[in-house]
Formats: sequence, structure tokens, C-alpha cells
Amino acid sequence: MRVSLFITCYNDTLFPETGKAVVRVLERLGHTVEFPSGQTCCGQMHWNTGYQAEALPLVARFVEQFRNAEAVVVPSSSCVAMMRDHYPKMAAELKDERLMAEVEALLPRVFEFSEFLTKRLGLEDVGAYYPHRVTYHASCHGLRNLELGDGPMRLLRAVRGIELVPLEGLEQCCGFGGTFAVKNADVSSAMLAEKTTAVLNTDAEACTACDNSCLMHIQGGLHRQRTGVKTVHLAEILAGDEVGR
Amino acid sequence: MASEVMASSAKAEILRRIRAANGRASSLDAGGVEAEWTSVEREYRRGTSREREAVLELLEDRLRDYDAHVVRVANTGVAATVAKILSGRGKKRMVVPEGVAAEWLPAGFEFVMDAGLSATELDGFDGVMTGSTLAIAETGTVVLQNVAGQGRRAVTLVPDYHLCVVRVQDVVETVPEAMARLQQTAGLTTTFFSGPSATADIEMTRIKGVHGPRFLDVVLVA
Amino acid sequence: MSGVLDPRTSPPFPIVAKTMLGDSQLRKNVRHATDVIQTKRARVVGEMPDWQALREAGRQIRSHTMENLDFYLEELERNCTRAGGVVHWARDAEEARQIVVALVKESGSDEVIKIKSMTTEEIHLNPALEAAGIHPYETDLAELIIQLGEDWPSHIVVPALHKNRQQIREIFQKKMNLPELGERPQDLADAARMFLREKFLRVKTGLSGANFLIAETGGVCIIESEGNGRMCLTLPETLITVAGIDKVLPRYQDLEVVLQLVPRSATGERMNPYNSIWTGVNAKDGPRNFHVVLMDNARTEILADEEARQTLNCVRCGACQNACPVYRQTGGHAYGSVYAGPIGAILTPQLQEMHHAQSLPYASSLCGACYEVCPVKINIPEVLIHLRNKVVEQKGVSAEALAMKMMGMVFMSERRFRAAQRMGRMAEVPLVRKDGQGVGWIGWLPGMLGGWTQVRDLQEMPKETFRDWWEKRGKDGK
Repeated sequence: MRVSLFITCYNDTLFPETGKAVVRVLERLGHTVEFPSGQTCCGQMHWNTGYQAEALPLVARFVEQFRNAEAVVVPSSSCVAMMRDHYPKMAAELKDERLMAEVEALLPRVFEFSEFLTKRLGLEDVGAYYPHRVTYHASCHGLRNLELGDGPMRLLRAVRGIELVPLEGLEQCCGFGGTFAVKNADVSSAMLAEKTTAVLNTDAEACTACDNSCLMHIQGGLHRQRTGVKTVHLAEILAGDEVGR
Repeated sequence: MASEVMASSAKAEILRRIRAANGRASSLDAGGVEAEWTSVEREYRRGTSREREAVLELLEDRLRDYDAHVVRVANTGVAATVAKILSGRGKKRMVVPEGVAAEWLPAGFEFVMDAGLSATELDGFDGVMTGSTLAIAETGTVVLQNVAGQGRRAVTLVPDYHLCVVRVQDVVETVPEAMARLQQTAGLTTTFFSGPSATADIEMTRIKGVHGPRFLDVVLVA
Repeated sequence: MSGVLDPRTSPPFPIVAKTMLGDSQLRKNVRHATDVIQTKRARVVGEMPDWQALREAGRQIRSHTMENLDFYLEELERNCTRAGGVVHWARDAEEARQIVVALVKESGSDEVIKIKSMTTEEIHLNPALEAAGIHPYETDLAELIIQLGEDWPSHIVVPALHKNRQQIREIFQKKMNLPELGERPQDLADAARMFLREKFLRVKTGLSGANFLIAETGGVCIIESEGNGRMCLTLPETLITVAGIDKVLPRYQDLEVVLQLVPRSATGERMNPYNSIWTGVNAKDGPRNFHVVLMDNARTEILADEEARQTLNCVRCGACQNACPVYRQTGGHAYGSVYAGPIGAILTPQLQEMHHAQSLPYASSLCGACYEVCPVKINIPEVLIHLRNKVVEQKGVSAEALAMKMMGMVFMSERRFRAAQRMGRMAEVPLVRKDGQGVGWIGWLPGMLGGWTQVRDLQEMPKETFRDWWEKRGKDGK
């Protein structure tokens, strides 16, 4: 299959390893990866903070970049949730009927990375090897908006060498919430403290998720406490193989 | 007079605001509203799905879950059972609403008919004994209405103990079945109770009884 | 009392939240209570195979009601009047307070017994009654704790959940003059029973809220647990019910939906101990005089906002509060209003015409737990975002708005986006410190972003963006 990668603005800038891992997994599975170079941001930060005027033009931009894609893969559940939950009404708000039709036609082809593997390709075992003790955090958007269910866990269970440990309060928000972490830093910190405590209680070497935004937040707390526990995107675990590392 | 003018203008103003908000000059006609209401999707369970005996067992189970004491008896055994329960609890002087079945009342106890007793007088009884309109198995609920044998609301509220007789033919499984049966008498004062009075306001600990009857016995009559 | 919860005077959410976060006893109490209710709720909701169908029916009934609110209110008034009740209309809080005070005076009583009503809290009715020489007695156990403790409610369903048994005992010992009182919940409930029973038997005027007003019959439905509601609704000579115009339900039959949704969502019970339904007055049962005050108080403004009107569908079960990770950290007082938690974060600003309550729409990480548990499917995150947009439009020019505008422009051009990525790497250089493994971390950020580095580090930006890597890889022939 010809797969178009929407890397998302923050993965592009801050977490290129995640993008590389997605490419490695998809190519290992025999797919062709494309990267439309005009892509930037889905508009989530603007939209969720209340800056709708700035977010609206990004809908057309996304459609323009990906309208011909066979499938769009996005290693971020919150960005996919942004598109699925809001793009149709954003296009309607712009009163642009063509855009509305294009959004409607494109969205069914847009997948979060783990969702693409489990739901679109029907896979669980992607031939990964990752000999480490790992715990999984269910990000809110993946859990509630995309309803990923146990998809990510099924992928992880099929990884060779991995030792999976359950995370207490798996479904509790880590407290990131985009600008929430800055505007309500104290509450966000209290939520984070619970999450890092839960992670440390697992004795895992790494905490994984389908969203680098949550992971950046959890990692920020874990590093400040000098815990030595790292965070790693699900794609990077699935990219691991016995040849590679 | 002035306050009446104010009142009518407040009503007119609120209705005007609602119509403006809904983008309508006036409300739909009754037929239009009815059609919209009918189109509400009701895909939830509205009938029974269990065998009759299972429904009765469910009711008993759910009532007990709420700390009620439940006994099932044959039609002819009500008075004897009532006598046994009251003796066991040490109750002697009970208030009963008008129209309660005479054959339910055993000898050897004082049953006083409510004829507009004051709240303070009601407070002086050992308990109250009534019949019931229906019971909902799934939620462990008994429904009382202001009819013969069940009486006015204060009678089943002020005394600290309630002995309630439920006939098996009045037991339904689900809430929608109950509401369908109650529809004909929707205008009557109606009380649903599920177990004795309770609160969880202190550390979410369920405590039996604050103001309503703290002790509840249910006699289920076949 | 140290004042009332008033969004007009309360400091912004993050400020009060910080104080609350420092109260470890409060946090422990809130955590315990919300954990218990959540667990119970999950169990009894799990028993219902048709829960999602019930939620959908609930949503549709409530939306349909709002679309025909004028029709149903008039129908309610007709039927209530026919049954011997008197209906009053109040445009705002002031008008509602005047009507209630006048009705209580007319009843000839200078005392009223109250069953918990969020609506009377919303309009600060108690201070108005006291100013008119009328003494209100709260009869809900939690409300009694609040009233005697000169405290504020912090939860819609369990208003005193921030107090534990020792704290409640202290209040009762002092205010009920019971120095020997024990601290078992049963002891405390018994003390409340004794304290209030005399008032139930004596006071001639009752004041209530309403869970639902039934247009078809003109009846009122109240859901409660303790029986204090039944006392207030049944024993007085005069009963005054104060309800928002949003409390209408079209038909009696619709109770079959809400009476399944509300108890399971609110307290995790299959059915709460008592539901009372009455219509007008009954010569031989209950009060001889019955009044309903229908209050707007900005509800029609919410109705006029296409995207926010679903707020009015709320049935006040409090499930969103128990599920909310923000509420669970701060408790209710941080929200500066009787409506706390996610529903408060959307309801309060709208009841205040978006004034005085700007920080509330941001008091959420948009995790969606509230929407997931809402029995009538109010999409609270969607409304929060909508209100944030209103706040931004109201605020106009600010440093944040300028930065957002600039970022917006950056995202509209690949060239500008790449330039911004490069600039970011340069700008962070003075802030980066290497750790033992040679990885760069930022431990301090300036200005608004400083909130992040209070307790978190930020890893330095990688030397190469994904797109740079992708292009190089293309050139290298892979």
C-alpha cells in the first residue's frame, strides 16, 4: 500500500525518531511511505486554546496535502482526534461545500499509527523485538476519542522479548492537555505526580504511549526526578528488531 | 396588582427570549411537538426479559441489597407472617391507612386507622403498615400512591418503621414497565422507595436511615 | 458565613486551585469520595446492557425539550394551575428572590425548611431570606454540615464531600451542643435526625428545588436519599419549589429514562432511596398551598448559543465531577461557584454572560472523561473549546494572542515552518544544560512557559528534524 505519513508539527520538530520508526515499521511490512513536504500542523493547539480563526485555514491545507492519499498514517492520537472530531464542523463553519465534501471523503482514510496496524491492516505481530520491561499509558484522545481499546496492547503483547507491566490508573489523564500544562501548571503538576508515581511503581525501564505529547510531559517529570526511566513512542518499540538493535 | 403586571410581563419576556433563541416566532402546535417527541429513539429495554420466578427473586435480592428484610408468603399466610415479624421487632402499636386489607391484620396488636393524624401523633407510633401499587425488581423499588391501603405520604414517612405488603402480580422487572403501569394515575402523589432511608454524605459510607423510616420489612404475597 | 460562592468575586481558578492543592486533608477526602462513587457507578452502569441506548434517549429527550421549551413551559403552567398550584415566572435571580421572600412572608412563617436545591444556591437565596428576617434550615445532611460549618458546597450531589467524619463531628459538637458525640457516621446521622425532626414537625413552610417538572401533568419529581425531602414536601402547609426553566420534561413517560440514568450516574445506586412525584395540591395529602417559581436567570442566553445550548441538557447528577481528574485534585471550591467540576466550567461562565469567569473554560485538560460518563451525552470538551474561543474574542490583543497569530502564520507556509524550527533550536541554546549522558535538557523557561519547568524538564530539540532526515534519505538513494 502507498501510505502517506502525516508526522505532525511537534513530532517533526521534537521527536523525529518516532517518524523514522513509523517509516521502518511500514517499510518492513512492505508498504511504500510518502511524505508530502508541504505539511505542517493539524491546528489542534490553536483550536483547543480558543484560536479558531488561526486553526480554520489549516483544514484546507491538510486536505490539499493529503487529498490523493490511499491512507494517511499519523503517529499521534490527539491530532487524529482533532481531525475526526472537528474538521467536519470547521469546514462547515467556513461555509465551503467543496471542502466539506473533501473532508468527508478523506477522513475515513486517516489513521492513528496503531489503529492503522490493527484495524486497517488487521495485524498484531509486526515482527518486533524489544527486550525491555515496559508499561503502557493510554492517552486520553486515543482512549476516548479514537476508541483504540486494547489495540496498542495487542501490538505490544506480540513484541518478542518485551516484558509488559500494567500501569495503575492507566486511563487517568497525565495532566498535559496542551496549554493546560502552562495555564494551570499547579493542577497539571499534581496530575503528573500521580502518573509518574504510577510509572515508577511498575519498575519499568520505559513508559510507552501512542502520543509523544503525553510522553513529553511524563518524561519531563521523570527526568526532573532523575529517575532514569525513559519514555518511548509505541512506534519506536514496534520498529525494534533483532537486526536493528 | 402591580406584582401581577410584573408577573405576566416576566412570563411574556421569558417566552419571547426562548422563541428568539430557538429562531421561532411562536411555539409549534401541539401536533408538531407531539410528532417530534414521538420520534425520540427509545432503543432501551422496555419489557421483561426474565422468567416470572426470576423476576421475583431479583426483587428480593435487590431489596435485601438495600438492607430491607423480605419474606415471601402465600395469600392466606399474610396475617400470621405480619404477627411474627411485628413480634420479632417488638412492635405493638401500628398506624395503617384507610382501606388496608383487613385479612392482613393479625390479632393481638393495635392497628390505628389514619384519619388525618398530626405529624407529631404519627411520630408516636411504633410503625406503619401499608400495601403498595407496584414494585420494580431490577432496582429494588416499591411504589406507593395516595389510594386505599397506601394512604397519604406522611403516614409512611414519619414513623420509624415500615412494613409493606407487595402482591406478586404488582411486580415488574424494569422501570419502563413500571412507568407504563403508572401512566393512568400520573396525577396521584407517588412515592418510590428503594430500601430504608439512607445517606452516604459522610465519607460515602452508606448509613441506614436519617429521616424516613430506618427499618423496612417487605412481605411479598403470592 | 465567610461569604457565598460567587463567580463575580471569586479569584481565577488557577489561584484558588493552588490553595486547594496545599490542603492535603481536603484532597484526601475528595479523592476518597470520588473514588467510592466512581467505583459504585461503574458497577451499576455495567449491569445495564442498554446503557448507551438510555444515554441516547436521554440526550434526545433533553434536546427536544429545549427546542420546544416555550410550549412545554406553558403546558406545565396550565396543568399545574389546574391541579391547584400557582406558577410564578422570574427573569433573573433578583426577581426570583423577591418572589420567594414575598411568598414565605405570605405563608405567615419566619422559618423555612429546605431540601437541597442548587438553584436556590445559585441565586444566593439564603442571605436574602435572612435579610428579610426569615430563618432557613437546610435539611439535607450534607447541606446541614455546610450550613452549620459556615462552609461552601463543593459538589452537586455530595456537597460536603470535602469534610471527613472528624471534621463533621467537630461542627456538630459545637453547633448542636453535643460534646459527647461520637464520630461513627451512624452517630452523626442520628444527631442530624434528632436536630432536624423537631423542625420538620414544627415549621409550616417548605422550600425545594426540582429534579424534573413534568409538562404533561404539571407535576414535580424530586430524587433524594434521606427522606428530608419527603419531610419538606409533605409536612408543611405551604411549599415553594424553585426551578430553572431547563428542568422541564415533556411527558410522565420520560421519567422512565431519567429515573434510570440519574441515580446510577449520581450516587452509583440502582435507584436512590426516595423519589417523590406530586401534582398541584391534594386536599388530604401534603401542603395546602403550592407554588412553583420558574426562573430564567441567563438560561435563555445559553439556549441562544447553538454550540453551547447542550449545557442546558444537564440533569445535575455530578458524574462529570467524580470522573474529572482536575476536580479530583482541587475539589469544588476552586471553581468559585456552586456548580463545580466540568459542568461548572461550562455553566458558570455562561450564567455570568462570560464575565468574571474567564479562567473556568481553561480549567480542563480536555481528557474527555466527563463526556464519557455524562448520562445525557453533553459533549463538555466541545463546549469548553467553544467558550475558550469566546474568551479569546473578548480579550482581544494580548501577548498570547500575538504569539498564536504568529504561529498560525508559520503553519501556513512550509518555508516559514522550517525557519521557525531552526530559530527554535537557536533560541533554546542558552537554556540547555547537558546531563551526565550528554543529553541536553531545559530546566527553566521564561514567562508564561515557566509553568512547565516548575516540576518538569524539557529535552533539547534534536539536531535534525524529521523532514530534514527524510530529504537526506531521499538524496542518499534510499
